[in-house]
Amino acid sequence: MINFASSILILAGLFFYLAGSIGLLRLPDLYTRLHALTKADNLGLGLLAAGLALHSQHLLTSLKLLLIWLAVLAASATSAHLIARQARRQETRR
Amino acid sequence: MNTTSLLVFDGLLLFSIVGLAWASLATTDERRSVILFMAFGLVLAVAWGRLLAPDVALAEAAIGAGLSGALLLAAARKQPRLLSPGSSKGSRHPDGANVSLVSRWAVTLLSAALAGTLAWALLHAFSSTPHDMLPRAISGNLASSGVSNPVTAVLLNFRAYDTLLELAVLLTAVLGIFALGQGTPGYQPAGPIFDGLVRWLVPVLILTAGYLLWVGAHAPGGAFQAGATLAAAGVVLRLAGRSRIGLPDGFVLRIVMAAGVGVFLLVGLTLLLLGRPFLGYPPAWAGALILLIETAAMLSIAATLLLAFVGGQPQSADVNAAANRQREEMS
Amino acid sequence: MLTAQVLYGLTACVIVALGLRAALLHTSLLQRVVAINVMGAGVFMLLIAVAYRGPGLPPDPLPHALVLTGIVVAVSATALALALARRLHAEQDND
Repeated sequence: MINFASSILILAGLFFYLAGSIGLLRLPDLYTRLHALTKADNLGLGLLAAGLALHSQHLLTSLKLLLIWLAVLAASATSAHLIARQARRQETRR
Repeated sequence: MNTTSLLVFDGLLLFSIVGLAWASLATTDERRSVILFMAFGLVLAVAWGRLLAPDVALAEAAIGAGLSGALLLAAARKQPRLLSPGSSKGSRHPDGANVSLVSRWAVTLLSAALAGTLAWALLHAFSSTPHDMLPRAISGNLASSGVSNPVTAVLLNFRAYDTLLELAVLLTAVLGIFALGQGTPGYQPAGPIFDGLVRWLVPVLILTAGYLLWVGAHAPGGAFQAGATLAAAGVVLRLAGRSRIGLPDGFVLRIVMAAGVGVFLLVGLTLLLLGRPFLGYPPAWAGALILLIETAAMLSIAATLLLAFVGGQPQSADVNAAANRQREEMS
Repeated sequence: MLTAQVLYGLTACVIVALGLRAALLHTSLLQRVVAINVMGAGVFMLLIAVAYRGPGLPPDPLPHALVLTGIVVAVSATALALALARRLHAEQDND
C-alpha cells in the first residue's frame, strides 16, 4: 500500500520534470523557459521528495528530504531571479 | 533489484554521461562548455552513488562539479574566449583551424588506441580471478583503526602518508596561484533577494560542514567533503559581493593554510619521538588523532579552495570598493 | 566479471579517449582544462568500476580513497592552470 502511494507520488514528480524539460525545449523566450523550469522542477522535486519520504518510513530521513526540498526551492528561485534580472539588464542596455 | 531495470538505468546513466562529455567538448562557446561540464559532474555523482561509492559521490558533487565548475565559470567570465593564435574567430568547430586533417585523424586514432588498450587490459583483469587480499586486510584491521567508515580509515590511517602528501599538493598549488599575481577584484554587492538567500544559506553550509566532518568517522563524509562545503560558503559570500568572505587576514591566513600539513606532520613526528612508526597511531588514541587531523585538514582545504576561487591573495577592501565604483560609472 | 563493472569500465575508456582528443586538438585553453578534467573523470570511473564487487558485498575502499585524493588534486591542478591562463592572457594583452 505504501509502496503504491510512494510510486504514484514519484511518478507525478517525474511528470512535472518532464513538463519542465519540454518547456525548456519548446518555449520561445528566456523568461518563459525560466518560469517553466523553476515552477515545474520545484513541484517535481517536492513530489519526488514526498514519495521517497513515504517510502523510507523513517522520520529523520523524511525531515532531511524536506530540508533538501526547502533549500533547493530557495536556491532555484534566487537563481531564476538573478538570471532574469541579468537578461533584462542586457536587453535594456542594447 | 530487478536486473533488467538496473541494466536500463545503467544504460541511460552512461548514455547521459558520455553525451554530456561529448557535448561539453564539442561546443565552441566556453561558458556552455563549462556549464555542460558541471552537469556532467553531477550525473557522475549519481553514477558513483549507483556504484556504492557515497563518499566519492559527495566529494564529486561538492568539489568536482561545484567548486571546479565555479572556478571554470569565473575564468570564462573574464574574457569571452581564451584564444591562442591560430584559431579563426567564429569557427564552428573548437579544434584549431590550422591543424591539418591528417594530424586531427592521427590524434583521434591515438585516443581510440589508448581507449582500446585500456579496455583490453580491463577485460583481461576482470576475467582473471579477483584478488581479495587488500579488502580483507582493510576490513580485518578496521576495528583498531579508530573509525568505522572504511574509506576514512584508509585515507586517514592506513594510507595517511598519501593524504599528507595530497594536502601538500593543495598547499603547493595555492602557493603557485599566489606567485602568479593578485586575486581578482570582487563582485558587485548583491540585491536584496540574493543577499537574503546568503544570510541563511551560509550558516546552514557551515553547520553542514561540521556535520560532515563529524559523521565521516562512521558514515560517508569526512574532511574533504566538509572542507569543500566550507569553501562553498565562502564562494557564495564572494558572489554576493561581500568584502569579508570568511578568510582570516595576513599571518593567521598563512597559519590556516599550512594547518593541514602542519598538524599532520606534528602528529606523525610526535609519534616518531614516542617510539612508534611515523603516523602509526596507537589504537586507543586513533579516533581522537584522526578527528584532530581531519579538523585541521578541513580548515586548510576550505581556505585553499576559497583562495583558489579568489585567484590569489585577496585584495584589500579599498580596491574592491574602487572597482565597484568604476563599474557603476561605466554602466 | 560483473555486468556493471564491464559497462562502466568500457565507458570510462571512451571518456578518457574523448578527453584526450579534446585536450590535444582544441585551441581554447579553458576547454583544454575542461578536457583534462573529463579525462580525470574517466580514470575515476575506471577505478570505481574496479572497486565495485556487486550489490551484496561492500566495495573495495582502497580505490575509493584513491579517487577521493584524485578529485582534490584535480581541482587544485585546475585552479593553478586557470591562474596560469589568466596571467598568460594578461601578458598577451600587455604586448
